Amino acid sequence: MVKFTHLIPVFPFIAFLINIFFGRKIKKVSALVSILFSTVSFLVSIFTFIGFLNGEGSYVVYRFLSFNNTALDFGVTVDALSCMMLLVVTCVGTLIQVYSIGYMEKDPRFSRFFAYLSLFMTSMLSLIIADNLLMFYMGWEGVGLCSYLLISFWFEKMSAARAGMKAFITTRIGDTGFFIGILLLYFITGSVYFKDLSALDTQNNLFYIAALLIFCGAIGKSAQFPLHTWLPDAMEGPTPVSALIHAATMVAAGVYLVARTYSLFMLNEASLAVVGVIGAITALMAASIATVTNDIKRVLAYSTISQLGLMMLGLGVGGYSAGTFHLMTHAFFKALLFLCAGSVIHGVQTQDLLKMGGLFKKMKATSITFVIAALAIAGVPPFSGFWSKDEILAEALNNGHPVLFSAALLTSLLTSFYMFRLIFLALFGRPRSELHAHESPKVMTIPLGILAFFSIFIGLLGSPFTHHAFQNFIAMPGLHHQEEIAVNYLAMGLSILVAFLGIALSYLFYIRNNKILAESVRAKFKPLYNLISNKYYFDEIYDFLFVKPALRLARISSGFDSGVVDRAVNLAASQTIVLSKIQAWFDRYIVDGLVNLVGIVFQVSSGALRRMQTGLIQNYLLVAFFGIILVIIFKLIGGN
Amino acid sequence: MSFPILSLLVFLPLLGSLVILLIPKKKTGAIKALATVITAAVFIISIFLLIKFNYTNTNMQFEERLTWIPQINVSYHLGLDGLSIGLIFLTGLLSFLACISSCRDIHIRHKEYFFLYLMLITGMLGTFVALDLFLFYVFWELVLVPMYFLIGIWGGARKEYAAMKFFLYTLAGSVFMLLGILALYFNSPVRTFDILELAKYAPAFTLGLQILIFLAFYFGFAVKVPIFPFHTWLPDAHVEAPTPISVILAGVLLKMGAYGFLRISFPLLKDAAHYFAFPLAVLGAVNILYGAFVAMAQTDFKKMVAYSSVSHMGFVLLGMASFTVTGFNGAILQMFNHGIITGAMFLLVGVIYSRAHTRDLDKFGGLGVKMPVYAGFLSLFTFASLGLPGLSGFVGEFLSLLGGYYTFKTVTIISALGLVITAGYFLYMLQRMLLGSLNEKWAGLSDISKVEIFTLVPLMIITVVIGVYPLSILKYQSAAVIDLITKISGVIQ
Repeated sequence: MVKFTHLIPVFPFIAFLINIFFGRKIKKVSALVSILFSTVSFLVSIFTFIGFLNGEGSYVVYRFLSFNNTALDFGVTVDALSCMMLLVVTCVGTLIQVYSIGYMEKDPRFSRFFAYLSLFMTSMLSLIIADNLLMFYMGWEGVGLCSYLLISFWFEKMSAARAGMKAFITTRIGDTGFFIGILLLYFITGSVYFKDLSALDTQNNLFYIAALLIFCGAIGKSAQFPLHTWLPDAMEGPTPVSALIHAATMVAAGVYLVARTYSLFMLNEASLAVVGVIGAITALMAASIATVTNDIKRVLAYSTISQLGLMMLGLGVGGYSAGTFHLMTHAFFKALLFLCAGSVIHGVQTQDLLKMGGLFKKMKATSITFVIAALAIAGVPPFSGFWSKDEILAEALNNGHPVLFSAALLTSLLTSFYMFRLIFLALFGRPRSELHAHESPKVMTIPLGILAFFSIFIGLLGSPFTHHAFQNFIAMPGLHHQEEIAVNYLAMGLSILVAFLGIALSYLFYIRNNKILAESVRAKFKPLYNLISNKYYFDEIYDFLFVKPALRLARISSGFDSGVVDRAVNLAASQTIVLSKIQAWFDRYIVDGLVNLVGIVFQVSSGALRRMQTGLIQNYLLVAFFGIILVIIFKLIGGN
Repeated sequence: MSFPILSLLVFLPLLGSLVILLIPKKKTGAIKALATVITAAVFIISIFLLIKFNYTNTNMQFEERLTWIPQINVSYHLGLDGLSIGLIFLTGLLSFLACISSCRDIHIRHKEYFFLYLMLITGMLGTFVALDLFLFYVFWELVLVPMYFLIGIWGGARKEYAAMKFFLYTLAGSVFMLLGILALYFNSPVRTFDILELAKYAPAFTLGLQILIFLAFYFGFAVKVPIFPFHTWLPDAHVEAPTPISVILAGVLLKMGAYGFLRISFPLLKDAAHYFAFPLAVLGAVNILYGAFVAMAQTDFKKMVAYSSVSHMGFVLLGMASFTVTGFNGAILQMFNHGIITGAMFLLVGVIYSRAHTRDLDKFGGLGVKMPVYAGFLSLFTFASLGLPGLSGFVGEFLSLLGGYYTFKTVTIISALGLVITAGYFLYMLQRMLLGSLNEKWAGLSDISKVEIFTLVPLMIITVVIGVYPLSILKYQSAAVIDLITKISGVIQ
């Protein structure tokens, strides 16, 4: 058996090195370098997939750490889940890079862009094949880095620079939880390997905490409530980046993480419930914001958040294959949506939906693929989104989660509504401003066509027509609850109903009754409208609760450092100086004074005594005479 | 006795500094060349030691022992083991790179500068290989004097203040250390200054005595690390010191304190070490968080990096306080990584300061357009500093936290929150330096030069290699760490 899976992330890394070091020399060739190596990765992924079907599995690559009898080996996981992700990421990634040739054509940092995309592919692919949490975490942070670099790619714009920083720090908050989760898991099990997770079967409550901590990471990366605020801002990056990183692959990594550690979540029903509820809240909240957003990319960003929430909901209700299935179909149609939006932006040079309209006639290829993608996400049969969304709905219903089912259904309604609101506003009706729209070059429209093909047909893999081939393929070994792979006609019927209802409503609002109805609805629900259009005030609340206090704390600490700690040091120094002055004074006037006093006393007394040294014998005799007299008198008085 | 290679390593720079005294003042080229050759030779010897070092052996290697002052039983005793080999390599590398940087950045009084600089290197290398406390103390103090002049003469605006503060602070600490050394000497049944000998007797001291001696050493080491609240000399010294001296200061000098704990305090006074484990861990967490918050508020680039050092050294402290194999490995690795990464950061600060003559972060912006290569290096080392996995900084922090978690859960979790704050202030710095629109004032700045790139590339390679393959450096220390832990705790954790 030839082991080559670990080379998959290596190829894009070579492209990264070439582009980062020689980018300025090879200029436009850097795109070809990135695409070439990415294609090789795609081919190797296919070989890996074939190998997996022939029974080849995971293996160890190299020893990362070792001490004290414990060693940590980095290896690759080859299973259904990783094969699926490898194929999706390399396929979508390569197509997006082809598209980028056209989109980034005039950018002065063209090769830098492709270098970053290649680095992203490296990190994302190593995350996918990781066989342990630490290696996963490395890839995880690596994609975060690339996301930062690419969001702030046009860093001359301050808003882009800030968005990059916000994305990195917000996800880092989740990642810190994830990191502590890894520590905790290592502490209880002594292992960070995924394969050991499936062997756990205790009812230890710490596993519950570990699962939730790991989920924190997924919340950050997959932009789930309450850490979702970074993703809409991330739209400051170039559109292919939004498509690749902030829609199709990286943000889905959170879902992948939950799927990867699914056995940990299954140990405790409560942790799955948390995943489902967070997913439901996110799905509904983001979908509602998408209905009132006017920036074409931000609509899609909120749509991504909402769809990721739906995947989490699917996983949370026990639909392992449903969640991962939606992850796969979503990667294709969401990438397509973004690339179409990019093509529109490329054509009309604005992102404001209210300034577009009637583009269908001018941009045929883009528009047709755009509509296909919209039908897919809206859940219209037989497009791919229908099959995967239906799976989630069916799982929610089958496993007895009526509330989550309703949330998912309502999300579906909102989804088809906002999606067709976008389509109607951008492509149909009359142009609302003077725009000189033109169709994008072939290098951009061909990837659209390929993605459109997948958006239509990929869902069939999980449909009854193929006997749920996808579900049987991905099915988790050892999943105790045997997933129901029967068609749930109730769920299916309702799903189709809401899809058409959404389209019909938005047709009513935005084509038939262009302004009046929308206005009247808006007037009726003014407080709600304000709440939603202000994105539920999350940014403002976070700013007030976290950002400002952190900055204030930083200022206080710094003030404390110079005002108290350092002042104490300087005070000690100045006190020492004062003390030494006192000592100097003491030394000079007391110690030295005493010494001098002795001298002075001798001087004075000797001065006095000197006078006695007259040199006259008579005087001496006189003194001696009186002296003797005195001695005699003393003797006589005190004699006895 | 075999060839005294450690003596050669330690005294080669001193010899060089004496030769420099003989070179006429005007021949700056010759002085620079000689200093560079000497530091290069030191670096090569350190690589040679790394290659020859047998990392499965836990005994002292390349040992040299001569009687020095027999009346009080002082010996000239040098040796190298897994705890010091990494630091010797680090010192060799940074001395060489900082010397190259000195050749560019120092414009006055070359003769005195390189004389003192080489003397400083002898002091640092000697501290890491001395196995006799008397000798250790001599080398420890030898570092102080050249450093005082290097900051005080070639420093910035408040150089006298900073140099004086550094000198007095460290001296005050080492006076306590001297008391500790004497206490060890007079309390051991056999009067000796030999660390390996003392390791046989000192652990039998009563807890009370051990605590007293531990505290005496603590003041000496805590000032150097530096541990809160003895850290305020550091920002001043860094801000005023010339670039190469900042590199040495952060890269090597701070490690002397942490090394002291591992070499002297822990193995000799193991009961006291366990007694103080929790306070040390808390101080580690304080260093991490407090340093990070103070760093966030700085506007001076260099001061920010200085406070980030305080924060990063907190991980070393936490790892050491855990008394686990993992934590010790993390702490030693973090020392090494911090030397590499922060050394590079100070070089990068120097690059921008030598061009713009200011370090005020608020005055920059948009340099990414003007200085793309510089921006690349700065971003790489910034991400290494904030502990991005795949780069070396992460591995040390991860192991320190993992070890810390084993012993002190709450403290470790609180410390881990420092990761977010660290990311915050580093990215804020990147934003203010590189992103946004270019300030027209800096339109004339040239990108990083070839020589500057040359000093950064080795550090970059090490950062990446350790990040993806930490075993490459961990293997040198792991046997020594297991041995040390067995000595301190009796069991391996």
